[in-house]
Amino acid sequence: MNSLAIGEIMSILDVRNFRAYYFTKAGTVKAVDGVNLSIDKKTIIGIVGESGCGKSTLAKALSFNVEPPLKIVKGDIVIDGIKINDMTTDEIRRKILGIKVALIPQSAMNALVPTVKIRSFIKDVLKEKTGYTTLEIFELAVKRFKELNLPIEALDMYPFELSGGMRQRVLIAIATLLNPSLLIADEPTSALDVSTQKMVLETLYDIYRRGLVKSIIFISHDIATVRQIVDEIVVMYAGKFVEKGSTEEMINEPLHPYSKGLIFSILTPELIVRERVRKAKEVLLKGEPPSLINPPSGCRFHPRCPYAMDICRREEPPMIEVERNRFVSCWLYVKR
Amino acid sequence: MSKVILEVKNLTKVYRIGLIRQKEIVAVNNINFNVKEGEIISLVGESGSGKTTTARIILRLLRPTSGNVLFNGKDIWRDIRNRKELKWYWRNVNGVFQDPYSSFNPTHTIRFVMLRKFNLFDEEMDYDTKISMIKEALKEVGLIPEEILDKRSFELSGGMRQRVLIAQIFLIRPKLVIADEPTSMIDATLRLSLLDLFLKLRDEFKTSQIFITHDLGLATYTSDRILVMYKGKIVEEGTPEEILNKPSHPYTKKLLESVPKLYSKWFT
Repeated sequence: MNSLAIGEIMSILDVRNFRAYYFTKAGTVKAVDGVNLSIDKKTIIGIVGESGCGKSTLAKALSFNVEPPLKIVKGDIVIDGIKINDMTTDEIRRKILGIKVALIPQSAMNALVPTVKIRSFIKDVLKEKTGYTTLEIFELAVKRFKELNLPIEALDMYPFELSGGMRQRVLIAIATLLNPSLLIADEPTSALDVSTQKMVLETLYDIYRRGLVKSIIFISHDIATVRQIVDEIVVMYAGKFVEKGSTEEMINEPLHPYSKGLIFSILTPELIVRERVRKAKEVLLKGEPPSLINPPSGCRFHPRCPYAMDICRREEPPMIEVERNRFVSCWLYVKR
Repeated sequence: MSKVILEVKNLTKVYRIGLIRQKEIVAVNNINFNVKEGEIISLVGESGSGKTTTARIILRLLRPTSGNVLFNGKDIWRDIRNRKELKWYWRNVNGVFQDPYSSFNPTHTIRFVMLRKFNLFDEEMDYDTKISMIKEALKEVGLIPEEILDKRSFELSGGMRQRVLIAQIFLIRPKLVIADEPTSMIDATLRLSLLDLFLKLRDEFKTSQIFITHDLGLATYTSDRILVMYKGKIVEEGTPEEILNKPSHPYTKKLLESVPKLYSKWFT
């Protein structure tokens, strides 16, 4: 019942009961606490939520960018038919990273090495993984840059010589050079001006359309941006998924009280926004998201929920399929 | 027709940089606009458009190169000459800024921060009156005074810090508030309730407001009028309806196209 699984065979990613915690002196931060996710081939899925809901931790954990104090605690991961659980860290690094799954982090500046030209950076990254010769690697990079309409000259530049948008696009090209099955993009446009945001998204979409990656997980707090590119939206709150549906359904009729508050309070330059805001105020969210060291009992949203019932405080709501491919985890939708 | 409380006339600010080879940057280039009582306007533009420079000049933190700012008919540079007059001005025109971290001294308690605002007041008041006014203001913005008065800024969440800043405005009750990206660091669900505090200021005290923002969505929701700034100039002005439905300047059109929306898609 507690499942988002559909179309097992077509799956690029299949994650069951996935947990990633930070072990700190102050306590264990349960940033990702039991999520199930299954992503089909040819899908772009958006995971949205506010600061501290665990979405970036999920991005890191699913792409195995895990460093202490963060640890993957539990859960089965199958990427493109390969069971990752049985693999050693070294095997994951050699066979999975960049080949089956790749991550685009929030800031390209931190991902690239400031004192190394893009060309040498690509060589360093690919050489160990592929065993290609330097020449082969450059040919691959030049071909890919041309394909994606990126200037070849960028290869001979240092990261600081590129504009923020260009840096991000170059990083997308590098991360996907080996055609990984799954690309995870964590807020790839959040540090950019509106005019460059669109170009970065175009590059991302281009990669997808050309089949260079099979599926994309797009993680962001900015639902209007996510909406431009994704087929499905998942809403995350306090380390858990609370709702999933097609983009149109999620934008127009979110079901979970938290999704309503979140999605109806997005302000875009559209006059209809005033009407949507009225709906947001019906569930106007009091207070702030809980600490993930000591999350609330039952439904983690109950202290802020205007519809909270007795059972919400006691028991965690199951994820139920209310319509085909429409999932919500809320006691209001459980028929009893 | 409500009366005009702020007039900005031919305002220009040129920054000179470099010691030997001087370079001039025209941050604000001959702009004109006014604000009426109880009106909320937005100056919208990207970074470098001159919107924050304009805000700083109106707050009398920065001297313009040329042009005038008139508040209730008084030129804020020519007619304000001493501390007393400046106090009067800041009592009437005050600001809320983007970053609640840098707006607070971390060693000060909220009680101290709020009490200090009474320096702007002419009236003599005893401590108890001040504290009860402070509590009132904190309640207006949805904070529980007893819980936070003796806390320091770093003990509060980002949303609460921003509420304290807005509580200062409820305490001072200026005629005009300049809000420079007041919610850009705040998540969507908290943002709406913060913005509603500004609307409440307008409804309860007829406070005029200038929002300085890069966010056309925010401007659409809060403003009676939107002024679009580009390279130091105001290139377009109108109600949200006019700007969204019939943008006339190419820059406004481009900006509207590049902002992601809910009801249209870039890729299909």
